[in-house]
Amino acid sequence: MHTKHKKEIGVLAEFDSPHAVYHACELTRDAGFRRFDSYTPFPVHGLDKAMGLGPSYLPWFVLIAGSTGAVLAMLTMIWMSAYDYPLNIGGKPTFSIAAFIPITFEVTVLFSGLTSVFGMFVLNKLPTFYDPLFNIAKFAKVTDDSFFLMIEARDKKYDQRHVVEFLEAAGAKSITIVED
Amino acid sequence: MSSQTLIHRGDVVAHEPIETREDLVRGPHSFHDITNMVCTPAEKTFGQMHIGWRIGFAVAFSLMLMFLSGIGYLIWEGVGIWGNTSPVYWAWDIVNFVFWVGIGHAGTLISAILFLFRQKWRTSINRYAEAMTVFAVICALVFPGVHVGRVWTVYWMFPLPNQMSMWPNFRSPLLWDVFAVGTYFTISLLFWWVGLIPDLASLRDRAKTKLAQFGYGLFSMGWKGSTRHWVNYERAYLLLASLSAPLVLSVHSVVSFDFAVSQLPGWHTTIFPPYFVAGAVFSGFAMVNTLMLPARKWLGLKDLVTIKHIENMNKIILVTGTMVGYAYAMEFFIAWYSGNEYESFAFINRAFGPYAWAYWIMVSCNVITPQLFWSRAIRTNITASFIISIFVNIGMWFERFVITVTSLNRDFMPSAWHYYVPTKFDLMFLVGSFGLFFTLFLLFIWRVPVIAMAEVKSIMKAANPHKH
Repeated sequence: MHTKHKKEIGVLAEFDSPHAVYHACELTRDAGFRRFDSYTPFPVHGLDKAMGLGPSYLPWFVLIAGSTGAVLAMLTMIWMSAYDYPLNIGGKPTFSIAAFIPITFEVTVLFSGLTSVFGMFVLNKLPTFYDPLFNIAKFAKVTDDSFFLMIEARDKKYDQRHVVEFLEAAGAKSITIVED
Repeated sequence: MSSQTLIHRGDVVAHEPIETREDLVRGPHSFHDITNMVCTPAEKTFGQMHIGWRIGFAVAFSLMLMFLSGIGYLIWEGVGIWGNTSPVYWAWDIVNFVFWVGIGHAGTLISAILFLFRQKWRTSINRYAEAMTVFAVICALVFPGVHVGRVWTVYWMFPLPNQMSMWPNFRSPLLWDVFAVGTYFTISLLFWWVGLIPDLASLRDRAKTKLAQFGYGLFSMGWKGSTRHWVNYERAYLLLASLSAPLVLSVHSVVSFDFAVSQLPGWHTTIFPPYFVAGAVFSGFAMVNTLMLPARKWLGLKDLVTIKHIENMNKIILVTGTMVGYAYAMEFFIAWYSGNEYESFAFINRAFGPYAWAYWIMVSCNVITPQLFWSRAIRTNITASFIISIFVNIGMWFERFVITVTSLNRDFMPSAWHYYVPTKFDLMFLVGSFGLFFTLFLLFIWRVPVIAMAEVKSIMKAANPHKH
């Protein structure tokens, strides 16, 4: 394999507690950085606010999908049962909204549930099986007990030397330059 | 360890709620200890597993093979191999179906409803319970799948264009059941998987072999713990919980409609939906205890699944068991109060007819045994909890047997009366379904993190970002 010119991705700082990474995120947000992310083994309460992130758009997708499921299920049943092939079963009405409610409910839940999961994957761009961070040995501890913050090179205010100093001052335990 | 830590919430100064209660994780464990405790059992080779696990797996796997051969024979020979006959056309197949679906309900109750009520103690047991749900629903789905006899026509249950240009009957509770249980299985599987993603990533990052790296890597989708991801992830988890809560209530209600919407005395009662849901939660919690008590011991998880968890589970068993007992009594009252002689006969026949033995097994196991949990000494005793959980499992299987068979065996015309007796194939299917369930469950505790690590870490004191 020939050596390729490496692209700089950002500066990764490691912290050893939720408190430390929370504080560092607040400082980073307040310093005006926008292209940065933190990485934690579990969702740290309020860390999204400390980073200045807005709420997830996911509920809107789920609302649309659930409504679609409800309307689609009801219309399909009405068409199949009352128009396309009406069957007389015990003399009961073929156009019977009450009898269609259980399936309408189940299909609404099914559409909403599938959208919650797969919508989350789309918003998170998952699956992504390769990430430059996975090349960094100590990053493996992000799913165990380490907390990270990376300020990315694509941020307008990014300047490697300045960022390294900034993160050291924010209490980082170690600093790594991430390249790909 | 100070128990008087104060936190500031807006302008309110309050006690930190986690700290003023009993610790959910016992002992001075760090985040890394939790990872180790949970991951170590999932990293053992077959030979390193506890001898109890290996024997259990051999037995379960053999029973599963028996089940599969039974299904093969059923498809070859037809449903006549079972004891179902006039007038008892519904018997153990539907009994087993309702039993297994009911078992599943505890998993969703723990993972969804306790989540919405912010019951933090659920984090140590929700993974087990969710796995149990998925496997129990698989067992349940086998029965309606094969009881149709001509299994090659099961696609008629779905609204698929076919050569007859006909559609399923959407006004039938049996079709509602297809949608309810199908949706329930899909959502339970997804809920389980979403919860597993961060924990599978932990196993991926610790994996020593290529195969483990590939397998855990594939199912963890490249998870890297990004906060931007956690925001959407937590929202998805909350949405799934909010959707699962009404779903789980609807599923056993729809299962009860299979009976209640018919006009048969003993089945045609409006109490069925809530009564079935309470019974489902009751049986499911008992099954969680049956599985969890030995597993926490053998996998060394006593600090995560503490006596507090077991006591909470037993309290829910006591509450739901009492609700089930109330439903049994109310059915009798209404049978008398309705003044309908067929209804009264169905219930007198249930308690004093040819299947009285089954009825009183049901009452002893479901109504009397759980009342022992009023005693704190009994509900915090591991052995007693385990034994009572077995009683409840037996009692709840008998409940479905009593509802199904005693309502059918004495038809309106005495000339049609028949004492239903199961055949050896009925027994083979019941025992075999346990084989399938335990095979899946034992594979799960071998290769999947049995405790939701990320969630347990998030409820530990050290997880609070406002603490130094």
